[in-house]
Amino acid sequence: MSGQLLVFVICGAFAVLGALGLLFFHKAVHAALSLALVMINLAAIYAALDAALLAMAQVIVYTGAILMLFLFVIMLVGIDRRESHRELIPGQGVVAILAGIGTLGLLVFAILGSFPAQAVGLEAANGGNVESLAALIFGSYVFAFEFISALMIIAPIGAMVLAQQARLTAKKTQRERAAARIEAYAQKGVHPGTLPNSGVTALQDSIAVPGLLPAGRISTSSVSQAMVDRDAVVNVHAVSLLTAQRFAELSGEVPPAIIKPEPVDLVDTKDERELLK
Amino acid sequence: MNPEMVALLAAVLFVLGAVGVLIRRNALVIFMCVELMLNSANLLLVSFAYAHGSLDGQVAAFFVMVVAAAEVVVGLSIIVSVYRSRRTTSVDAPDLLKL
Repeated sequence: MSGQLLVFVICGAFAVLGALGLLFFHKAVHAALSLALVMINLAAIYAALDAALLAMAQVIVYTGAILMLFLFVIMLVGIDRRESHRELIPGQGVVAILAGIGTLGLLVFAILGSFPAQAVGLEAANGGNVESLAALIFGSYVFAFEFISALMIIAPIGAMVLAQQARLTAKKTQRERAAARIEAYAQKGVHPGTLPNSGVTALQDSIAVPGLLPAGRISTSSVSQAMVDRDAVVNVHAVSLLTAQRFAELSGEVPPAIIKPEPVDLVDTKDERELLK
Repeated sequence: MNPEMVALLAAVLFVLGAVGVLIRRNALVIFMCVELMLNSANLLLVSFAYAHGSLDGQVAAFFVMVVAAAEVVVGLSIIVSVYRSRRTTSVDAPDLLKL
C-alpha cells in the first residue's frame, strides 16, 4: 500500500465521520467543529493528490476564515438555541434519506468505469505546483480571475449593506417604557417594580439559584430565561436538604424545624414545575 | 491511488451534505451542509486534475473556493439579518409568504 493510498484511506474515513457528525450533532457548534474535521482531512487528501497550493488554501481559507466566521455567527445568535425536530411535512426525514441513498446510487453508477484505469499523475504538469497554477490563473484564466476579484469586492459590500440595516422599530423612550409597565400592571397585574434577586444559599450564590418566596416556594422571575434554556437552574430544595444534612453531621443532632417539605408540594404552578425539572 | 476512489468519496460527501440540507432545521447547519457539498465538488475537481494530468481542475477548484468565501459572507449576513427581525435561525419560522 503506497503512502498516498494510506493518506486517502485514513483521511477519507475521518472526512466521512465528520460529515456524519454534521448530520447528527444537535448543537450548531459541534456541527461546525465536525465540518472543520472534514476540511482538514480534505486538505490532506489534496496534498496527496499533488495539489499543494489548494491544500494550504483549504486550511487557511476554509478552516481558518470561513469556519471562524461560522463560529462567530453561532456565538452571535445564541450558542444553545435548540433545533425543533417537529416535521412540518410528515415523513420528510425518511424521504430525504431515501432520496440521498438514491442519489448516491446514481452517482456511484456514473462514476464506476468512467475514469482512466491508470491516473496520469501531475509530475509532468506540476513543474512546481504554485508556479504552474500561477501561469494558468494569470494566463488563460485571467478574465475569470478578474471577475472573481470583482465578486470578492462586491460580496463584502453586500454583507455590510445587509448587516448594517436601520432599526426595525423606533427606540422606546424612558417615559414610554414606564407607561408600558404601568399599563401591564393595570391590565395583567404584572408587578411594575424591579424583578426579584437570585437566591443566596449557604452553598451557592450564583445567578442560577432561584430566590425563595416567604412560603418556601421558588420565585420563577428570579432566574433569567437564559438559565432555564441551558438547564442550569439549581434545585434549591435539594441544596437546602444537603445543607440541613451537613449541619446535622456537624452538630450530631437533627436540626430543629427546618423547612423540609417535599419539592412537589412546594411547586404549585406549571412554570415552577418546569424550572425544577 | 485510483482517482475513482476519490470520486466515490466525493459522491458520499456530497450526498451526506444534501441529506443534511433536507433534514436539518437550523439555517446555520444547513449552510454548513452546503459548504460540504461545495467541498466535495472541489475534491472531484482535484481528482480529475490528477487523473488527466492537467492543472485546469485545480484552477477551477481554486475559483470555487473564492466563490464559496464570497457566498459565506453574504449568506451569513442574511442569516444574521433574519435573526435580527425574527429572533430565530430555524428555516421553518420565516413563513410570512405562506397562505
